[in-house]
Amino acid sequence: MTVLLALVVAVLFASGAWLLMQRRLSRIIIGVGLLGHGANLLLITAGGEGGRAPIIDGGGGYSDPLPQALGLTAVVITFGVTALLLAFGYRSWQITGDDRVEDDLEDRLVERRADEVDEHEPTDSAGDEEPAP
Amino acid sequence: MSSLVPLAFVIPLAGAALSIVLGWSRASQRVISVTALAATLAVSIVLLVEADREGFIVHDAGGWTADVGISLVVDRLAGLMLVVSSLVLLAVMIFAIGEAEEEQRRVGFHPIYLVLAAGVMASFVTADLFNLFVAFEMMLAASYVLITLGGRPDQLRSGMTYVVISLVASTVFITVLALLYAATGTVNMADLSVRLAELDPAVRAAFALALLVVFAIKAGLFPLFFWLPDSYPTAPGPVTAIFAGLLTKVGVYAIIRTQTLLFDAPDWMGTVLLTIAVLTMIVGVLGAIAQDDMKRILAFHIISQIGYMIFGLGLFTVAGVAGAVFYIVHHIIVKTALFLVAGLVAHRAGSSRLSEVGGLVRTAPLVAVLFAVPALSLAGIPPFSGFLAKFVLVDAGMSAEAWIAVAASLAVGLLTLYSMTKIWAGVFWGVPEEEPSSPPNEGGRWSFVTMAAATGSLVVASIGVSLWAGELYDVAERSAEDLLERDGYVEVVLERAP
Repeated sequence: MTVLLALVVAVLFASGAWLLMQRRLSRIIIGVGLLGHGANLLLITAGGEGGRAPIIDGGGGYSDPLPQALGLTAVVITFGVTALLLAFGYRSWQITGDDRVEDDLEDRLVERRADEVDEHEPTDSAGDEEPAP
Repeated sequence: MSSLVPLAFVIPLAGAALSIVLGWSRASQRVISVTALAATLAVSIVLLVEADREGFIVHDAGGWTADVGISLVVDRLAGLMLVVSSLVLLAVMIFAIGEAEEEQRRVGFHPIYLVLAAGVMASFVTADLFNLFVAFEMMLAASYVLITLGGRPDQLRSGMTYVVISLVASTVFITVLALLYAATGTVNMADLSVRLAELDPAVRAAFALALLVVFAIKAGLFPLFFWLPDSYPTAPGPVTAIFAGLLTKVGVYAIIRTQTLLFDAPDWMGTVLLTIAVLTMIVGVLGAIAQDDMKRILAFHIISQIGYMIFGLGLFTVAGVAGAVFYIVHHIIVKTALFLVAGLVAHRAGSSRLSEVGGLVRTAPLVAVLFAVPALSLAGIPPFSGFLAKFVLVDAGMSAEAWIAVAASLAVGLLTLYSMTKIWAGVFWGVPEEEPSSPPNEGGRWSFVTMAAATGSLVVASIGVSLWAGELYDVAERSAEDLLERDGYVEVVLERAP
């Protein structure tokens, strides 16, 4: 059971991290969501073996409630932040009609300087992603 | 007395709630914000005085003791941070009210700013690692909104970088918390300190490094600083000032707290921290030299200054840690003041690019004075607070024989002076070479006076730091002793549990 959960956490982290590297905001948002799920699942797994009763009076052998409380807090935070990111994505689409993350200022300055050096071969600024449909 | 501790973040939170309800009236929002922040400052001062007298003030939230509940602790370090932060938060709020740009345009500015204040305050007082995560999230969620306030395309782009990198740091934080809980069965910092000591040294080292990475992203340490100079300068003026002054320092505070309290400061960690510190100082200051915008130059200087604080911590001596604490106090005030001056310049001249501004020493001599004092302080010119802070650190470095770090810190000080003279020559002397991108803000006389008064109060506070440097250093030294002893903190929290 725990090994299975550990594997699920690993897959969630790996795919989340991969999506985070993408150029499109929508994929980044999904990546953040997956990473958050992975971390929350890890919190629950940290509580020990699953399948035991919730906290009850008297008898021992119940499951540890603290990681579940921590997980619940973390879920709420992930939810709020994902909603905010979606709002950013929507605003970005409103402004540019696209949700691709642009190069930062410094990158563009370096690129301009490089273009000035060899004017015959201007480099393409589109980044590593295919053009928008 | 201990029931005052939660007030440090409850007052701003209550203010935020009230501010949402009264969103239709900007005037009442302003009154609420200033009152709440002034009350927070008053509470912080009382807490610092009391913490310095008794050593620790412990509060069990909801009456639950440390074994099951969340403890809130104010020691000398937390007390100092509370006072300086609430002072800076108040000054920047007054500046924002005077500027009346985003503050006046958006209903959300006041409540979100107060939530940010609450998050910062809660990060300082909490003695529970998961609670620290929650406080960080409170602060960061507010900062995500503040940094993109206005919704301009460039803000959105650099805001995204900031949000995504912060989220990565938060996810790593949660992951480390889960693993720490699995290994020790607690998230209370005092309890963790005891139980981590029973673990295998290799596991402990892994935890120490993982926590360092989490907070290094937030503090902007080399090589995890790349998001900072890009995202900070695009935010509205007062927001940049508060981010530059406070947010990265909350990360530094968390590094100091965790590395001294949870782990036993092994030698290799000292070497790691000193290496990072030297690289952070040098990369930051070299980055600043290449910039041609006042705000961007100052943003790179945040990074190089963070290096000094980590240098002090990396020595793991009383003098070193005391130097780091002193440096943080000086830096928060001076850096915020400089960014507020950048806001004044942008307000007056319509731009903060060096090529588009010039001759302000004649048209706005007051702004020139307000810039000169913190700028010389940042560069470490006597008799300003920066000189004393650097002197303490270099002295501690020499007695610990960390020659490379000492040499680097002196060289970086010189290059900082170069950057400051570059700003001076570009903004206050000469004539503009190009037309500013936006027309100068006419504004009212009242608006300029309020902004200048807010900036001036921080400049005066930074002079105060150098006037009362002896007393301040004594407090910093006592806090360093507490931090390196760590038994005191652990005992005072755990003895309350049955």
